[in-house]
Amino acid sequence: MSRLATPQETVERALAASRADGCAVLVEELSQAEVRFANNTTTTNGVRRDRRVAVVSFRLLSGSGPTATAVGAGPTAVGVASASGAVDVENLVRASEAEAALAEPAEDAAPLVTPGEGSRSGDASPGGAGSRPGEAGGAGSRPGEAGGAGSRPGEARGAGFDDGPALTGASVLSGVVSGLAEAFGRARSTGDLLSGFATHGVASTYLGTSTGLRRLHVQPAGTFELVARSADGARSVWSGAGTASFDDVDVHAFEEQVRRRLAWARHQIELPAGRYEVLLPPDATADLMVALSEAMSGRDAEEGRSPFSAMGGGTRIGERLCELPFGLRGDPAEPGLESAPFLATAASGTDVSVFDNGLPVGATNWIEGGHLRRLRYHRAGAGRAGVPASPPVGNLVLGLPGADATLDEMVAGTERGLLLTCLWYIREVDPVTLLLTGLTRDGVYLVEHGEVVGAVNNFRFNESPLDVLARTVEAGRTERALSREWGEWMNRTAMPALRVADFNMSSVSPAT
Amino acid sequence: MASPDPGPGGLGELSGLPLQAVREAALGRAAALGCSHAEVRVERIRSQFVALRDGHVETTVDDTEIGVGLRVVRRGSIGFAATVDVHADAAARLADDAVRLADDTSVALGTALSLADEPRHAGAQWTSPYGVDPTTVPLADKVALLEDWSRRLLAAPSVDHVAARVLAVVEDKHYADLSGTVTTQRRVRIYPLVEAVGVDGASGTFESMRTLAPPVGRGWEYTAGQGWDWDAELDELPSLLAEKMAAPSVQAGTYDLVIDPSNLWLTIHESVGHATELDRALGYEAAYAGTSFATFDQLGTLRYGSPVMHVVGDRTTPHGLASVGYDDEGVAAQSFDIVRDGVLVGYQLDRRMAAENGFDRSNGCAFADSPLHVPIQRMANVSLQPAPGPGPSTADLISAMGNGIYIVGDKSWSIDMQRYNFQFTGQRFYRVEGGRLAGQVRDVAYQAQTTEFWGSLEAVGGESTYVLGGAFNCGKGQPGQVAPVSHGCPSVLLRAIRVLNAREETAR
Repeated sequence: MSRLATPQETVERALAASRADGCAVLVEELSQAEVRFANNTTTTNGVRRDRRVAVVSFRLLSGSGPTATAVGAGPTAVGVASASGAVDVENLVRASEAEAALAEPAEDAAPLVTPGEGSRSGDASPGGAGSRPGEAGGAGSRPGEAGGAGSRPGEARGAGFDDGPALTGASVLSGVVSGLAEAFGRARSTGDLLSGFATHGVASTYLGTSTGLRRLHVQPAGTFELVARSADGARSVWSGAGTASFDDVDVHAFEEQVRRRLAWARHQIELPAGRYEVLLPPDATADLMVALSEAMSGRDAEEGRSPFSAMGGGTRIGERLCELPFGLRGDPAEPGLESAPFLATAASGTDVSVFDNGLPVGATNWIEGGHLRRLRYHRAGAGRAGVPASPPVGNLVLGLPGADATLDEMVAGTERGLLLTCLWYIREVDPVTLLLTGLTRDGVYLVEHGEVVGAVNNFRFNESPLDVLARTVEAGRTERALSREWGEWMNRTAMPALRVADFNMSSVSPAT
Repeated sequence: MASPDPGPGGLGELSGLPLQAVREAALGRAAALGCSHAEVRVERIRSQFVALRDGHVETTVDDTEIGVGLRVVRRGSIGFAATVDVHADAAARLADDAVRLADDTSVALGTALSLADEPRHAGAQWTSPYGVDPTTVPLADKVALLEDWSRRLLAAPSVDHVAARVLAVVEDKHYADLSGTVTTQRRVRIYPLVEAVGVDGASGTFESMRTLAPPVGRGWEYTAGQGWDWDAELDELPSLLAEKMAAPSVQAGTYDLVIDPSNLWLTIHESVGHATELDRALGYEAAYAGTSFATFDQLGTLRYGSPVMHVVGDRTTPHGLASVGYDDEGVAAQSFDIVRDGVLVGYQLDRRMAAENGFDRSNGCAFADSPLHVPIQRMANVSLQPAPGPGPSTADLISAMGNGIYIVGDKSWSIDMQRYNFQFTGQRFYRVEGGRLAGQVRDVAYQAQTTEFWGSLEAVGGESTYVLGGAFNCGKGQPGQVAPVSHGCPSVLLRAIRVLNAREETAR
């Protein structure tokens, strides 16, 4: 990569080349390594280095009056261009300016963030903002991990702007590879098939603006997933976890966990569709809560086209959503789930704005005490609505105050119910109610009198996560969780296990 | 459709890059390190996205991705390395990195990799058919078009909000491998979409209705009416939305269905396209996308559907999103049967799946969505064939159905990890009584098991009902990759399918 200019040089060159009234430059350096395996063999192993550069040019529009001295304070047009690799910075700056030259006033205009801006968007502690897929990526159109990293690949931190990009490499996964070699040997002897994925990446996001802001965030992100299937395909189980460094990933421990569940599945029980009491483990709770948080658009709610729209107009902010006093929050400083403490985005969206680049992001309570407290807003939208700006946060935590039960304890306290593993192929069916459909996957177990008595067929469910919270009768302690469905882009979640009454299993799926 | 010239200098937008130096450095180093196979791709992918909300620009993206990726096989182990630094020195280092990775992971290699042979294609060039490169159209022109479309809809009393957007991609790809194949290709695709939303504040509900115009392998000329009648579709959206908002909710039960191609393409994609990927059927996607009920031992015997079911996989369809000249393993594009007379007769293959399972040759289904991603087996254009001869019209099928529901447009979709159990909704649903449309109903979701659904296929429409639908964003693999793919199909008549009322599924 030595042939390429440094990220800092790229930022400064672009800002120097800018002829616009304002400019923001994002450089994201990404370093990744992965090992993929299936059928007791590695299948693809890869390493990559990516660099994405995005230039945002702001143009004050004439006729905005003598008092409009700051970009974004008056009518302002915006243009964005991004590219990867050995970018011709001059060309990229001119391309973004050409777009701004022809653009209409941006609806999301707000004064550019300045270095001294101390007011965080959030409710309390210092924090950071991640990018949401499809809406606002890092420096480029492809959704990437938001944020930056440190000298150790597993450490998330807001480094000094002058630091070089943090790197990872295949060596981070060497313990996994040797662990897999042993596990494959054991699987061959028992006739089982192991599949899965180990990936580690570090994204270093550099942000510079014409208002003098210079920020760097280094964001590590890793996952390990292990699936074990019996040779006849009749039994299949999954275990996965998010990790920042792989220091905490012990392949043998994952192997033990999937073997325990494969053993549970030796006794197979067929159950019909219907409403059941279910125990959602933290990973499955994450599958539903990430979908819930995605639906928390302030503007959609105001316009009456969201499950968070109030009957007759306005939003449901302040309304009680569930009897139990759940809290759903994001916090860039969340221990073990650290994410970017400032917003960095190359594209505006419904609730995210390129004008907000560099906006400090703090702890944000989306739901507190069971009441809806916040919806996502960029600053311009928040100003119009008279609510605080609430950019997306790069993690999601659900908790019930005082809940400390483990999943095993909740199983022990179950008279009759279904213990799930994770959910899959989750899609919105009805945006009015946030009805989602999807499948149970890789492990549904019948619990009777406090013990797992066997494995049950899979089901298609039709449920709204709002109904799930409302029908939850017990929650466990909050712990790190990996959403099987959304984990690739929302890797940092902590969730409790939930006991949900009358969970709607709409039909049986014969899939294993 | 081949073209002799993919652009200036024969290299399209790749012309400024040191292609020869990069491929020779990467492949030369890989050969020197003892690799039995190596393939290098240099790509430039230009993506433009413009989204308007209620007639105002909300999002613009103008992105150029560039990079080089190298996959090697050494002693049966795979290594892949990629960088955005498109330079000979960096390319040679990729070979070092990829070989080291192949060696370091070989301790966990259970099955040595082999690849099916493919004839050498030296210096081949291919360009998808298009008129106007959409990335050369100024942003202001794109915005102006979407503004016009938005205003036309917002003027209607039934429409409270409008989303209008267009995504355009130009993909230039240079491929070379150790066997001597060198190909250069350009693909152009575009996806305009408009959605109208009506809000009923009093009842706290809302409904939407969007254009059925599919994403296609065409240029900007598509927005001007070449391949789709935009004016006609936009003109009818407000009244369709108004009718939907006033429509009664469906009564859940078992119904006969006529399904329009605008809905059925997605059902084909999920229940046939993915289910007949051989890597899935053999467990190579078990940890992520899933496996398949259509296991390899059932090739030639599995009764997939009724005898009128004939499904073809191909990478040659004009304007098809998965159409190419050569795939990302250097295999020439082909066309092949997947289901014939209702029986499973073929799978989609890449060179590894072909070699491991006794096929002489891959049928060309390898694809990587980025120079920084490894090629994996991805979907061909998988299409249900229309009835031979003139065949029935959609009206004929509705008439033959008698009573039931006619479903138009796709919306929500979900299917299980072995492609048995699926559930789909749609854009609009018409009650059919006595062989005639009897007004819209709403809240319809249909749910079925794949072979039961296709087994209940009574009739397929004729060529006049056939439409090439598709998507830009088919997901597969880890790390995740998205692939564009088209699916053609006629209207169809199915008997006795379970229909749910989506609103009744919630407890709210």
